[in-house]
Amino acid sequence: MNFWEVVRFALRGLSANKLRSALTMLGILIGVASVILLVAVGNGSAKAVSDRIEALGTNTITVLSAGRGGSSNTSLTVEIADALQDQTLAPDVKTVSPVVSSSATITYEGTDHQVNSFVGTTTDWFKASNTPVGAGAAFSADDVAQGRRVVVIGRTVAEELFPGVDPIDKQVTVSGALFTVIGVLAEKSSTGIQDANDTAVAPLNAVRQVLSGYGALSSILVEAKNPDKVDQVQSEVATILDQRMTAVSATSNRSSTTPYRIQNASQLLQTQTETADTFTTLLGAVAAISLLVGGIGITNIMLVTVTERTREIGIRKALGAPRRVILTQFLIEATLLSVIGGALGVAAALIGSNFEIVGVRPVIVPSSVGLALGVSIAIGLFFGGLPAGRAARLRPIDALRYE
Amino acid sequence: MNRPVIEVRDLRKIYGEGEATVHALAGVSLVVERGDYVAIMGSSGSGKSTLMNILGALDVPTHGTYHLDGVDVSKLADRQLALARNRLIGFIFQAFNLIPRTSALANVELPLAYAGVKPRERRRRALAALGVVGLADRARHEPNQLSGGQQQRVAVARALVTEPALLLADEPTGNLDSRSTSDVLDVFDELSAAGRTIVIITHEDEVGARAKRLIRLVDGRVVEDLRQSPIDQRPVGAFAGRHAG
Repeated sequence: MNFWEVVRFALRGLSANKLRSALTMLGILIGVASVILLVAVGNGSAKAVSDRIEALGTNTITVLSAGRGGSSNTSLTVEIADALQDQTLAPDVKTVSPVVSSSATITYEGTDHQVNSFVGTTTDWFKASNTPVGAGAAFSADDVAQGRRVVVIGRTVAEELFPGVDPIDKQVTVSGALFTVIGVLAEKSSTGIQDANDTAVAPLNAVRQVLSGYGALSSILVEAKNPDKVDQVQSEVATILDQRMTAVSATSNRSSTTPYRIQNASQLLQTQTETADTFTTLLGAVAAISLLVGGIGITNIMLVTVTERTREIGIRKALGAPRRVILTQFLIEATLLSVIGGALGVAAALIGSNFEIVGVRPVIVPSSVGLALGVSIAIGLFFGGLPAGRAARLRPIDALRYE
Repeated sequence: MNRPVIEVRDLRKIYGEGEATVHALAGVSLVVERGDYVAIMGSSGSGKSTLMNILGALDVPTHGTYHLDGVDVSKLADRQLALARNRLIGFIFQAFNLIPRTSALANVELPLAYAGVKPRERRRRALAALGVVGLADRARHEPNQLSGGQQQRVAVARALVTEPALLLADEPTGNLDSRSTSDVLDVFDELSAAGRTIVIITHEDEVGARAKRLIRLVDGRVVEDLRQSPIDQRPVGAFAGRHAG
């Protein structure tokens, strides 16, 4: 008898028990869909994190002082920042922005707002740190040179102090000094708990005069000419810093550690990506367990289905069905169940991935689709085929007597 | 044409070993000619079910030879046995053994499907077989929509649809009331009259009385072999059955 006859037998076998077939497929569906979706959620959150870090700018490095306290030989100064802008020693550096940062209270018409980071810097910083101005304008190089008291405020600050009012050209008080608001920063997505929009930016010297004093800089933001040059820039900067800073500190104490720290956005990205990968692996493991449980479900139902039909197998053998035909029939039944169930699972996962799950937009990993589908089909085939093979080998008289 | 349908020589079947050895069959020799209608009777434990299983190629004897339509069944491999069951034997079981949730027609078609008959031809022959047992109008019904007697008649149709050399029935009326019993036995009489070779295993005297030949089995041996009516005539039971009721 030909193959299509056997397929028709298998279809008839499945439709003879619609509820059980449907439930089996549901089990496979849930197993497959959960694996694909959970991996997609893990992948999506990893992608979200890396997107945010990339938004910070991957072509910059940040130089921080490693020394505690304000000792002059370990602290970053404006002179050091200027020294970094050296076309011969550091040809790949595009811009250097010295940064001072402190918290401050901004007051406007009796309303107070505590700003987490009141940043004093130069004009280049806006571009280097990927912080565009949304409304108004950034301060000019002239503003920086003159130390004019102008400020660009973050979105949160604008909403707190100027609800429903245009903040441009309004005067605010910071630590007793008047600043003119000249711009509002474009909204930035936040990483972690800190609100990236709760900030204010003013010319370096203005902030030093009013808030931080003329001590050390908080950090220096160095922008590379292009993202590929970040590593070169890092080593160039390190060379200059080593000359500048250990030249002073060598006399006092031979500290084995460098007195500065360089943060690299791409390194940060790498670390974060590794963390996210771990997270994805964890979710994948949870999903694999659910697939395993689904697989045990398939196994169970296949065993029950075949065992329950042992008598039917006996009848078929008595009517002259060869072992191969019986085995093929049950294998096709198992295959159809797992393939249809698996395909529906993939469909469910694809539909599900269009929705946000706990704030994460899932991104399907193609290999997880193949893996989940493959595993469920393999389980269905193996545990459908095994008891079917056993039953097909039974002597018909034993199969017929089976209750 | 003179080849006997069943030729059994010194058939033995032994279960268990040592102390617990049971001789289900202790040397049965039997020849059934074409067209005969044989009832094998015996109380439970007489070995008649074992004999039936061996005759039906469902089981193999421990000792002895069995030629079915000239083929030495005891020497066949699994695949050829399946073929022999399909081509040479039509089974009728006590418990009907129809495939559940499958229409009468599909049930009757099943052995033809395994024999590789084309769907159109299969349908035609299955409907004809259902016609023989008087159930042509129930072709679309599933087993649970049929009465016991109707189910057994479907099983008879299924058994004869492949035109087998031998119709083998194991207690075909064991699960039926007297009215259905007589329906099924009428079908057997018709088939016998049409020249089919039939072997019925039973413990009901009423069934045995209608066969052309009666064999009694006690403790795995043939103790009585009685010809009740000639092979080439209608079974007397059929005549009696038709006009008594």
